Amino acid sequence: MESPVVELDGVVAVLGGFPALAGATLTVQRSEIVLLRGPNGAGKTTLLRVCAGLVPIARGQATVLGCDLAVDRAQVRPLVGLLGHRNGLYLDLSVQENVRFWGATVGATPLEVDAALERLGLAGRLAGLSVRRLSAGQQRRTALACLVARRAQLWLLDEPHAGLDAAARDEVDATLRQAAAAGATVVVASHELERAGALATRCVHVVGGQIEAEPVPR
Amino acid sequence: MTSWRIARLVAGKDLRIEWRSRVALNQVLPFAAVVMVMFAFALDRLPRPAGAEDSLLESVAPGLVWLASLFSLLLLVQRAFAVETDDGALDALRVARVDAGALFWGKTLALAAQLAVLEALLLVTAVLLYGTEVRASGVVLLIATWVAATFGLASVGTLYGGLAAGARGRETLLPLLLLPVVAPVLIGATRAVEAALGTGGTAIADGWPWVGVVAVFAVVFGAGGTLAFGPLIDE
Repeated sequence: MESPVVELDGVVAVLGGFPALAGATLTVQRSEIVLLRGPNGAGKTTLLRVCAGLVPIARGQATVLGCDLAVDRAQVRPLVGLLGHRNGLYLDLSVQENVRFWGATVGATPLEVDAALERLGLAGRLAGLSVRRLSAGQQRRTALACLVARRAQLWLLDEPHAGLDAAARDEVDATLRQAAAAGATVVVASHELERAGALATRCVHVVGGQIEAEPVPR
Repeated sequence: MTSWRIARLVAGKDLRIEWRSRVALNQVLPFAAVVMVMFAFALDRLPRPAGAEDSLLESVAPGLVWLASLFSLLLLVQRAFAVETDDGALDALRVARVDAGALFWGKTLALAAQLAVLEALLLVTAVLLYGTEVRASGVVLLIATWVAATFGLASVGTLYGGLAAGARGRETLLPLLLLPVVAPVLIGATRAVEAALGTGGTAIADGWPWVGVVAVFAVVFGAGGTLAFGPLIDE
């Protein structure tokens, strides 16, 4: 059996002296779309940042994409894509230039960049537009195209629907389903339970820095 | 991807952003010109120092050019990191684990290119506005100073820009951190340019040790930045 993409066992992460994660245990398999739900301050964002190798773990075992985060958490970073409240784009560059730049950081070919733009519906006229001139939904799609060009295997998304209208949310959902179908694994932290719940293959409840009993996959 | 290719990629991206946004052209350059004009207003009517061949403005022109360069450097550094933090691109670079040393050199090269153009224009402004004369025998010293000081200022600017990028109140923190550190460049480059221009009868040979000081500064901060930039932006 293929080893899980994310395997956290009793992970404790301390931020500013407080345990933001207090013994979190979670397993995510390849091509799953997992929804993290829970109140503000529950530890959802910290969980995503731990998986991205940005926050050190104080105790417990954490393996992401085969990298042991307790040994070298930076090792996992090139393999994951973390999309927070901001898109990580250069607003004065065009869509194509942004995707090309992020793709080039991992040596993506122009063909791969074009494929990423095509896949996100950003080819043609949109590709040449400055990101600053795009709608919020188009900017988010550009950020997702950058993840595709960066060949991210694990997508960690924090409130990916925030600030988007219904049409843009549909676009994001379609992209995430497509990414999972293509072999990527997606972990989403969201308050939009109805929408994100419909998207996810599994929902996980985060409370007080812990994962409540992991439900059986739907 | 090799570090050099990443550095070129980052430098190209930064220069393209500046070309599109025209911030350096429409804001920093006019600011530097205004500073030079204000210096001229402030110092023009002061009497010529006793026994001096040059007017006061001609005497202080090298220092004024570098002071205006330093003030402009602050704006350029803030702009260079604003494009990284506006939409969280610096965080994305950290997650992507882009080689921090290459990132440092990419940003330093882009900053150096903008600074080099700005300094050259400031020298031309000094010639036109202050009546400064450039002698042919001092051109090599002038160019050596220009190159060493530009890289020194760009490398220290990038290093401290990265340090301040994630800090609260970074707009005020950056000048506070950066200005004292660049004092050796200000002093060294000013003395070297004085020698190149022959200000106050200074010989050209007197300028080379100062170029050495500035070059050592550039090497130290270039090497320090390559090593320290990663940990600085990482947390």
